[in-house]
This record gives sequence, C-alpha cells and structure tokens, in this order.
Amino acid sequence: MSLYLRHDEAPLLPPPARVGGALGWLREHIFSGWVSGPLALAFIALIVWILPDLVRFFVLDAIWTADDGAACRVQGTGACWAFVDRKLDFFRYGSYPGTEHWRVDLTLMIGTVLSARLLWPDGQKSRGGLLAFLFGIPLFIFLMIPGPAAVMREPGIELAILAGGVALAALLEFTKLRTLWVGIFFFFIFPVIAVYLLKGSAFLGLVQVDTNLWGGIFLSLLVATVGIVFSLPAGVLLALGRRSELPAVRFFSILYIEFVRGVPFITVLFMANTMLPLFVPDNWSPDRLMRPIVGFALFAAAYMAEEVRGGLQAIPKGQSEGAMALGLSYWQRMRLIILPQALTLVIPGIVNIFISLFKDTTLVAIVGIFDFLRAIDAARIDPVWSGPTVSPTVYAFAAAFYFLFCFGMSRYSQMMEERLNAGRRR
Amino acid sequence: MNDVAAQRSVSLLYNPRLRGLFWQAGLILIVGFLSYEAVLNAATNMRARGIPTDFSFWDRVASFDINQTLIAYSSSSPYSQAFLVGLLNTLLVAAIGVVVATVLGFFIGIARLSKNFVVSKLASIYVEVLRNTPLLLQLLFIYNAVLKPLPNPRDSISFGAGIYLNNRGLVVPDPQFAPGAGFVLIAAVLGIVASFAFKAYAKKRQFESGEILPVARVSAALILLPPVLVYLLAGQPISFDTPVLRGFNFVGGMRVLPEFVALVVGLSIYTAAFIAEIVRAGILSVSHGQTEAAQSLGLSRAQTLKLVVVPQALRVIVPPLTNQFLALTKNSSLAVFIGYPDLVQVFAGTVLNQTGAAVQVIAITMAVYLVISLITAMIMNVYNRRMALVER
Repeated sequence: MSLYLRHDEAPLLPPPARVGGALGWLREHIFSGWVSGPLALAFIALIVWILPDLVRFFVLDAIWTADDGAACRVQGTGACWAFVDRKLDFFRYGSYPGTEHWRVDLTLMIGTVLSARLLWPDGQKSRGGLLAFLFGIPLFIFLMIPGPAAVMREPGIELAILAGGVALAALLEFTKLRTLWVGIFFFFIFPVIAVYLLKGSAFLGLVQVDTNLWGGIFLSLLVATVGIVFSLPAGVLLALGRRSELPAVRFFSILYIEFVRGVPFITVLFMANTMLPLFVPDNWSPDRLMRPIVGFALFAAAYMAEEVRGGLQAIPKGQSEGAMALGLSYWQRMRLIILPQALTLVIPGIVNIFISLFKDTTLVAIVGIFDFLRAIDAARIDPVWSGPTVSPTVYAFAAAFYFLFCFGMSRYSQMMEERLNAGRRR
Repeated sequence: MNDVAAQRSVSLLYNPRLRGLFWQAGLILIVGFLSYEAVLNAATNMRARGIPTDFSFWDRVASFDINQTLIAYSSSSPYSQAFLVGLLNTLLVAAIGVVVATVLGFFIGIARLSKNFVVSKLASIYVEVLRNTPLLLQLLFIYNAVLKPLPNPRDSISFGAGIYLNNRGLVVPDPQFAPGAGFVLIAAVLGIVASFAFKAYAKKRQFESGEILPVARVSAALILLPPVLVYLLAGQPISFDTPVLRGFNFVGGMRVLPEFVALVVGLSIYTAAFIAEIVRAGILSVSHGQTEAAQSLGLSRAQTLKLVVVPQALRVIVPPLTNQFLALTKNSSLAVFIGYPDLVQVFAGTVLNQTGAAVQVIAITMAVYLVISLITAMIMNVYNRRMALVER
C-alpha cells in the first residue's frame, strides 16, 4: 500500500509563459504560432514598407492647390488633390448648370432629413440623438454636397436650404408625426417634389434642366434612391407572389425573380436601353435617363424579393393561422401580422442589398449616364490636368466616397441586427 | 346534410377557389395583354426603323477582329464564331477567377479567425475595403492606375522564370507539346483516379480493421509520380518557349492581355472578400461543443478539423459559395468597361452595333447566362441533397 504513496515533493514545474504585460500580449497575439508568427512578421514588414510611401504620396508630397496640371506633373510630387478640388462641382453635379445647383441641394436636403427620420426611428430619444437629428444631419449633408464654397458664392439661398433642413427636422420631430406618415411622404410625395425641382417647371418658375446635364454624386444618389424606393414595395409584392397559393401568381413571380437574378446587370441595362424603346408605342420614347433607372429598379426588385421571402419563411405558420382564426383577410393578415414581423427580421439583409445596389449604380455608365464614377473617369483624362498622379488620386477619392457610404450602411445594418436581436439575446 | 346546406347558403362570391381563379385569370390577362402589346409595338417599331427581326445575321461574316481568341477566328469568320470566341473568353475568366478567388477567400477567411492580432486585423481591413467599394472602381483602378503606367517592354518588371510584366500585358513562357505529351496527361489522369480508389480502399479498411492508412502521402505519390515518370520515359515531350526581349518587344512566349490580367485580378480579389466572410461564418457556425467533444475523444487538432469541423462547416459554406461563383461569372461582364473581349463586349457590344439586331442578340446573351445559372443550380441541388443533414 505504502508503495503507492508519494513521499517526496513533486518536482516544481517551470512557470507558464507570461500572459500579462506587453511581452505576454505580444506572445499571445502576434508571435503565436509557427504559421501565424512569421506571417504576422511579414505583414508588419509590409506595412512598414508601404505605409510611409502612402502617407508621403497622399499627404506630405501632395499638391493641394494649383491652377493647372503643371505642378502635379513635376517629378516626385504626390497626389494631385488640387485637381479634385477644381473638379469637385463636376463630381457633385455633373453638367447641371451652376446657377441651378441649389435645386439639387434642396432635394438632397429634404431626402436626407426624411430618410434619416425613417432609418433612425428612436434616435431622437436621447438629447445627443435629438441634437444630431436636428442639426447634425442637415449640417453634414450640407457640408458634403454644396460645401462651404457654395456659401461663398450664393450665401443667401444656400444658408436658406440649411435652415430649411433644420426646420424640416424640427417639424418632423415636434409634431410627433408617425413614422407611417413620414414613410408615405418619402415614398410618394417626395419623388414628385424631386422631379419638379430637378427637371424644372414653368409653373414654379424654374428653368428646365435637361437630363443630359445631370450627373455626378447627385445622379448616383438619385439612381440608387429610385431603385431602393421602387424595389422595396415591388420586392414585397413579388415575395408574396412567390409564396402565394395561386399557381399562376406563383409562376409569374418565380419566372421574373429567377430570370432577373440569373442574368448580369449589364445585360438588363442593355435591354432597358435598346429594347425598352421598342416595346412601348413610338411616341412614348422614354427619356434617356429614365431607361437605365427603370432597368435598375426592375433589377433591384428581384433581389429584394428574395431577401423578403427569407423573412416570410422565418415566420411560423401559427402566426398566419392565428390571424386567420381571428377572421382577418389575406391582405389584413399580411399587412398587420406577417409583414411587420418578416420585414423587421430582414432589415440587415435589406441594408446589405442597398449596399450592393449602391455599388451597382456605377454600371449605368455603360449606357452613357454620367454617374459619379463615370464623371471621375471622364475628368481623369482632361488634357489640362493629365499627369501620372491624377488617376491614382481621383480613384482614391472615389474609393473613399463609396467606402464611406457603404461602410456606414453596413455598420448601420449591424447596429439594427443588434437591436433586433435584443429580444433573443440571453 | 347540414354541410350541404351550409355550402349552398354561402354565396359563390365568397368561394375561395372561385376567387382564386378570378384573380389568376385577371393576372394572366394583364400579363398576356402587356406582352401582346409589347410584341406588337416591337414589330412596328423595328419595321419602322429597319431593324432585322430574324436570325439571318448569325451566319454572316463578322468582319471585325478580336484580340484574344481561344479558337480559330479571323475577321472573315461568321458572327456565330465571334459568339463562341466571346463565350469561351467569358468562361476562361470565370474559371480562373473562381479558382483564385476560392483559394484567396479561404485563406483570408481563416486568417480573419486567427487569434493573431496582426493577421486577423489585416484580413478584416482587406474584407471591409474590398466589399465596400464598387467592383467597377477596382477594375478601373487596376487597369488604368496600375497596369497602364507600367514600363514598356524594354524595362519590363521581371518575376524570374521567364515571366515579365509590362504595359502591353503579362509575358509568360509558352508550353510546347511534342507528340508524347498526351501520355503524360493520361498518366496524370490515371494517377488521380488511382488516388481516389486508394482513398476509398483506405476508408473501407479503416471501417473493417481500424487501421489508418497514410492516405495523404500515398495520394501525393500516386498523383505526382506517374506523370513525372512518363515525362522522363517519353523523352521530355513538354518544353517551354521562353520569351526573349528583341528590339522593342518580346519574341516567343505567350502574351496575356493587360485587360485579362486586370479582369482576373479584380474579380478574384473582390469575390475573395465575400468568400472570406462566407468561410468565416461557416467555421463559426460549428458549435464549440463539437470541437470539445472531438478533443475529448482523443482526436488530434488536425483530425478534429478534417473529420468534425470542416464537413459541418462545408454544409453552411457551399450554398452561398456557389452564389458567389455565379456572381463572379455574371460580374465578368464588366469586361466591357475595360475592353476585354468577353461575351458581352463581343456579342452584346460589337455584334449588336454592327447588325442592329438588338432583341435577338440580347436574348441570346441573357439565355447564355441563364443556362450557366441553371446548370450551377442543378449541380448545387444534387450536392445539397447529398450533404443535407439526414434527420429522422
């Protein structure tokens, strides 16, 4: 028995590797293994090698102000920000006449305040959120689009637009207007206002601006907004159609969704551009800008439909049966019971579709629409400015713009996901 | 009897079947009317504008050149040949893009899960930047800001092994196949078949006796050795024609168009970012309990990954992965922006402009992509059925 008993002390084990302190952190997080350790070292070397060059190119050696490309063509200079600065109005508005820019600014201001109210339903509950909604958002979009230079040019009207944005936000906030009404305003009344403001009308005393002249960031946002505004209701209808019990409805919905999702967006654009004018009576002849926008909206609807269908499938059958037992009709069931649950469930997915749709707006350039990226690409080859640094500069500028927008949206979708999961989190 | 009475008393207006029929008939009528109007309008409009309405252009001489052709093509070939050239170019880009994007995507997806701070942060920066900027912007950047300003052939960037990069594209050694080369290929195929057979045998053996055979090593030997042996026995039938700089350009070798390079690189790195997210989500979806249970059974780390984590992760990864492959194939149509001769650029671009047969050309182009999507969907469904969780 005593053979099995230990009499002397067990040998001391060496202390474990450091886990605390800077060295321990390094060991744990950087030099952690035979694969990732050297890999991390290689990445660090890469960063050390590239980062100073990038900083030098985009900041230290960059040309910030110049009248033409001569300064940017000097050997060894960095990014040509002066070019972006000079072309900024073209990037924002395309060839929209300069004296009418305020119309675009006003449309954007209304649209931004309305959509901020829709996307951020209870952001105003805190004091900071309220301030951000009332002043931050109008000021932000104001600085982004007309910019301080426009205030210098036309102080009266631009400041009035800013004040109008704040006033609209205050109106929405203090009248406690229900989200439903804001939605109706955004989806139905705002588009009409926008069309009259942007195209002009003799009745309002606004000069006609042909759609040929529209372009830049403003046009990208316009195409994206029309696509989103149209695709949401159309997508919901298509998704309901796909789950309908009526075979003909189901058949047409599936046919449409699968067809559009199976072909590249570019071919849809080609189709809208060359075939749409053939399919309608000769005297209709849809507007040059109208065709790709219609194509974009039809394209967006199919993708939206699949996302909404995912939400519909996630709702247990008992919900529908319960509503039926209460005697609700099909549309009442959908409107009051199923869709509110299904749509909130897929908000993150819908925002992700918005992101990819926003990126896809760049493709409308193929049918000769001057969206932001096309404007960038057209300005890039301006002979006055041409030089080796111009292309990287404008592409970096475009990348920053799209990244800011899309990354912001994806953060928003993650935030919504958190919020929607609040009930399910343990 | 009560039932019959109850049924009679309800008005036909509230009969759900009848109402369903009514709405469907209405829908069919509307769709039918719209299509009828569209066809009628199209016929009138096309006649008025002198647009051809048949497929007679299909066999006519194309009379334009294409700068990358995988099959015999010249400007005297018919439009049908131009269509095939474009289709093959699309498939080539898609095939290479899919392979590169998958490899890169898996690597980055796993790197994003690494405990290593630097590795995971860099991987997530990669994913966020590439996912949040338009693919077209990336393509234009690679093409106009990276490949165009490259030095001319005389100052090419050399990667060694006869690979050069310059503003006219990528020059690589061109493999030359002598008559015996076919045997090498046959040997390679046989080796792969043999390795599968050995794997099946090893599995059967393990079930019967518990003995584990060294599958990986034997397979590697089976795949690598026969082609090499045959290659040597047949008197080295494959040689490489290495490019040589002569005057202002390279002689010999194979020149890959800069448009092709830009498209493959752009599509791959963009799609890899999405694949990385899919892979990450797939691996995270395998619950930690599975790994712990495998470890408590005494499986090694490698075995845990191979036998427990990966099979379950794949079930989550594969369906969205196929969607990404399809998206890549469809996105290859962005070739038209940088002038790579893919199906859309050649057929829906040049051929459409030359013939004016808009409806036919666009219908054919869309049909091609639809067929690709359908075939992929069918393969996917078969795979899904095999992989699906077998429940009671």
